[in-house]
Amino acid sequence: MASDSLNWFRFSSPATFYPLAGKMIPWFGWSAALLAAIGVYVGLFVAPTDFQQGEAYRIIFIHVPAAWMSMFLYVVMACWSAVALGFNTRLSAMMAQAIAPTGAVMTFIALWTGAFWGRATWATYWAWNARMTSELILLFLYLGVIALRHAIDDPRRADRACGVLTLVGVVNIPIIYFSVHWWNSLHQGATVSLTKAPKMAAIMLTGMLIMSFAAWFYAIAVSLARARTIMIDRERGTSWVSAVAGAAR
Amino acid sequence: MIEFLAMNGYGFYIWSAYGVTAIVLMLELSALRSRRRAVLEEARLTVPEDALDATGAAQ
Repeated sequence: MASDSLNWFRFSSPATFYPLAGKMIPWFGWSAALLAAIGVYVGLFVAPTDFQQGEAYRIIFIHVPAAWMSMFLYVVMACWSAVALGFNTRLSAMMAQAIAPTGAVMTFIALWTGAFWGRATWATYWAWNARMTSELILLFLYLGVIALRHAIDDPRRADRACGVLTLVGVVNIPIIYFSVHWWNSLHQGATVSLTKAPKMAAIMLTGMLIMSFAAWFYAIAVSLARARTIMIDRERGTSWVSAVAGAAR
Repeated sequence: MIEFLAMNGYGFYIWSAYGVTAIVLMLELSALRSRRRAVLEEARLTVPEDALDATGAAQ
């Protein structure tokens, strides 16, 4: 009975996961592009002007999804790192490695768009408040993990070192998330929360959610594509990589 | 059109946010594409393990 069911562990080997990831990437990639197009249209053309912030609030459609992704990707990276450290599995470490650059990109976008939103509404690009400082630390954590990886020649040692650094850095995530709740500062409180009704118009919320799904699918597609590149690089010399490289000619 | 781009005076902030986001995502995608090409090229130049005999020479 159990042996008839799909064996998910089959996909824990790079040789079997590589083609599966290859099939998933176009679906996630094109969904991301389509959702982003709809989301930008809703954000710039359909959503009405905010009565407090005027047009400046339209940055929210990028800022909030990017900020959510920056935190979420870190948690996913930490989960893969924990699995890699606990079970010494190659693919999990490769997935963690693949997520870091996209996490850094999302964090940068959150900080950058936040700076311009801040300039427009608070008249300053930057303030050293808890939310912004902890998000900046998140960027340094991502960059630190990437730099540590490049500093260690043996990939398996690099997996362990990066895994430990990633897990230590997880403490920063609840600090970012709750910072606007714990400390009163320039940064506004959460507009959307799991426990309360959203404090924004339905069409604005819709646009933001569409952009969030776009960010999700983009991150999945890009992480999978990067994981495939990492697999080819790290499994070089195996027959499956030679077959893949030969076929891609 | 001009009115739309001006965004009631907030155009600079909005387009800086949207524009740089688009540029950063394009850069990530193009970096990934060139990295993929490079590792595939390197893999093509590597002889697979099972094509080697016991002495390590290519068959």
